[in-house]
Amino acid sequence: MRKIDIAVVDYGMGNLRSVSKALEHVAPSKNVLVTSNPDDIANAHRVVFPGQGAMPDCIRELDLRGLRDAVLHAAENKPFLGICIGMQMLFDHSEEGDAAGLALLKGNVKRFAAADMKDSGGAKLKVPHMGWNQVYQAKPHALWQDIADGERFYYVHSYYVQLEDDSLTSGYSEYPSPFTSAIAINNLFAVQFHPEKSANAGLQMLSNFVRWKP
Amino acid sequence: MSLAKRIIPCLDVTNGRVVKGINFLELRDAGDTVEIAKRYDDQGADELTFLDITASSDNRGLILHIIEQVASQVFIPLTVGGGVREVEDVRRLLNAGADKVSINTTAVLNPQMVADAASRFGSQCIVVAIDAKKVDNQPFQWEVFTHGGRKATGLDAVKWAEYMAKLGAGELLVTSMDRDGTKIGFNNPLNRAISDAVDIPIIASGGVGNLQHLVDGVQQGGADAVLAASIFHYGEYTVKQAKEYLAQHGIEVRL
Repeated sequence: MRKIDIAVVDYGMGNLRSVSKALEHVAPSKNVLVTSNPDDIANAHRVVFPGQGAMPDCIRELDLRGLRDAVLHAAENKPFLGICIGMQMLFDHSEEGDAAGLALLKGNVKRFAAADMKDSGGAKLKVPHMGWNQVYQAKPHALWQDIADGERFYYVHSYYVQLEDDSLTSGYSEYPSPFTSAIAINNLFAVQFHPEKSANAGLQMLSNFVRWKP
Repeated sequence: MSLAKRIIPCLDVTNGRVVKGINFLELRDAGDTVEIAKRYDDQGADELTFLDITASSDNRGLILHIIEQVASQVFIPLTVGGGVREVEDVRRLLNAGADKVSINTTAVLNPQMVADAASRFGSQCIVVAIDAKKVDNQPFQWEVFTHGGRKATGLDAVKWAEYMAKLGAGELLVTSMDRDGTKIGFNNPLNRAISDAVDIPIIASGGVGNLQHLVDGVQQGGADAVLAASIFHYGEYTVKQAKEYLAQHGIEVRL
């Protein structure tokens, strides 16, 4: 059986090269595998669960590849990092396409209400929420190590997670209201922003993940 | 504090090199693409846009190779445009490491392609580039042009922007063909009209000659991001200087 340090879950939705390249950059000695094989995920020491596209499609493609159980098992048992839709899918339900999620965590994924959103100067806020926004750390965590509170990360999304249990919130941003942008529970950490596209701050977070011993 | 306005250096690439023309004439070599991309990343660029202006289809594959190299060294969002004709082109660019793909002429010739690409890969990676010119012979002010500004389409740029957003574009790159290469500033009335008409972000492009033009693009034009090429390529200003200037004028940026 081959040794896999970090498995990046590939369910056929878009650009995973960014995630794997960024992991290889921060951990050149580690074996990073982009995979759609459930056995690889079961064997990996760490799992990254990225995501792009629409949530109903992501869930469908995940199931088509028989990856659901392997992802859920990893999310409860080994260092696990969800990114963007990979965070949203962990929850009960999404307004996007009225889709059921993996229901590992309690909460719903909701769309930003563009029509009602203004910044402090009264200017219209756009949806998707696209670009660099500040992330405030709600509580200390190994993945925030050497990252300043309020550091900017890159976002691109139209939906956000509304948690049932706010104690899982590890970080949040404002657009214009505060929304949860990072969650932490046991061996699981998940973020709405894209650390693989967030320059040095993002690379620091990935480096923290690679060394994380929950 | 909230979302930062973005500064996006644009790299026109042909045969692997960054070039910059003046009104599409006299292409000057500005250097190696990967080196320039890394330099802008170091200066704090928020994203990078690559426009493949390679004329012959023989050398089109080169851009994939370059994006692969950039994506393994530069960890900020990368947009690639130029010669994107079908959904398969989008897939190839995303697989090479592009985060977004910009669609221009094809969006006019075949709008369904925008819808297909957005539903296949998500709106977040589909940018529609709109080249617009001020016209006098139409019931509207700005007309969409294709083929590098040579072909009129009869389309109202503002209405076209609304339609592209409806079909699934995640962002619009609005270039004023009247201003491109002139260094007299963005066409802010055009950008403002489009920004007010759609909910998705817009990138202002065409005409930047100094840092005040970037400020005006945000404050007057309502741009969510500003794109510039020549002011950065030849060392007139660094991206960092541009950001500091925006910050001094009360615009939120990532410093």
